[in-house]
Amino acid sequence: MKKFASVLYVAVTIALLVWGYYQAVYVAPVDAMQGEISRIFYYHVPNAMLFFLFFAISLVGSIGYLSYRNKLPSRAQAADALALAGAEVGVLYCTVVLTTGPLWGRRAWGIWWTWDARLTTTLVLWLIYVSYLLMRRFAAGPQMQTLAAVLGIFGALDAPIVYMSNRWWRTQHPAPVFGGGPDSGIKDPAMLAAWEWNILAWLAWGLLILVLRYRLERQHQKIAAVEAEAALNA
Amino acid sequence: MTKALWTHLVKDLRIEWRSLDAIISMLFFSGLVVVLFSIAFDPRGAFSQQIAGGVLCVATMFASVSALNQAWAREIRHQVMDAQRMVPAPGSELLLAKVIVNFLFVSIVQVLLAPFFFVFYNLQIAGQAWLLVVVLPLGTWALVSNGVFFAALSMSSRNRELLLSLILFPIFIPALLAMVQATTAIFTGESDPTLWIKMLLGYDIIFTTVSLLLFDVVFHAE
Repeated sequence: MKKFASVLYVAVTIALLVWGYYQAVYVAPVDAMQGEISRIFYYHVPNAMLFFLFFAISLVGSIGYLSYRNKLPSRAQAADALALAGAEVGVLYCTVVLTTGPLWGRRAWGIWWTWDARLTTTLVLWLIYVSYLLMRRFAAGPQMQTLAAVLGIFGALDAPIVYMSNRWWRTQHPAPVFGGGPDSGIKDPAMLAAWEWNILAWLAWGLLILVLRYRLERQHQKIAAVEAEAALNA
Repeated sequence: MTKALWTHLVKDLRIEWRSLDAIISMLFFSGLVVVLFSIAFDPRGAFSQQIAGGVLCVATMFASVSALNQAWAREIRHQVMDAQRMVPAPGSELLLAKVIVNFLFVSIVQVLLAPFFFVFYNLQIAGQAWLLVVVLPLGTWALVSNGVFFAALSMSSRNRELLLSLILFPIFIPALLAMVQATTAIFTGESDPTLWIKMLLGYDIIFTTVSLLLFDVVFHAE
């Protein structure tokens, strides 16, 4: 039953992605001002909205690890796997945003990059979570999970500050290029529908890879525990 | 201010006074950064006023990493760290003592570096110069309090000296932005630095509090 449910979920996710692609590329009308390039928004914006969700999941995992690590070690391990999976999927989505954004910017603004508030915020968040993943890679050993959880909390704490600082930065010195945000009003119902289908599809896809990554990390933890046990008994 | 904090403070100051390792290496390194930036950007006229704030902050940041790496490394020998863990005083006092000591070191370096800086960049301060006495310590505190904390965090890793820079710089970016904007505003006198000073103050309060709260977790991580 469980297996059937997961196969069904994967099938639905793939169907949603295909349907979202069809909606974005064939159904939604061409943007009168920007032309075909505007279709990149159907990927850019859902990913941008969702990476916050995955970083939030990572924060929940980090806090969970720190609060359970002495009382319920098994639950703490699960929380740590969740923190890692959330950060990885978040970095992945953030990378998609940082790749599709300049592709669009080159056509619409004529430049690849500008130090605009949203761009800077996203880049700094990406840097913080990449450093979190690097830290997990470098700091081996049992204390790594504790240290990573602490760093995860610090990174999440930085996010609102980065956001505020960028708003102040750019309100004092207006940027030369200030594109109207994608949410400055989608009037066409077909565009809105395509956009909503893509949010749903990317949410389903993100949760799928999150769960897969989480289960992989749990397997790693179990193998490591068995190996540690064997080394003790040898 | 308790006795444990004072003991740690005096001990670290005495070690530094006898060797002067941290201050000399930081001073030379930040001097090098200032020279390298002058060569890279050819600062003349109004342009030097524009970039001087940024160069000063980045030079401080790079230089302080060399001292921060040493902050805990000298405790490893003879199992001092393990002894520190068994001390009944809370770990946050040890952290605070280290932060204060390194804050003093970096501030001394900034004061010694200032004259060279003014000479190399032909600086004239157009804004209110006394505000520098507020901005630089606030920015330095943000750098050092996070730096000492993350140095402790990266102690157990294989390549801790690399890891410290990798995790400190991204977290420090908002404070660096505020510090650079505030010093540039003071040097050029074109805008008001008050907003950035408030932001630095907020950053300092938030991150120092969280560091003190979470330090025991990092310190006793086994």
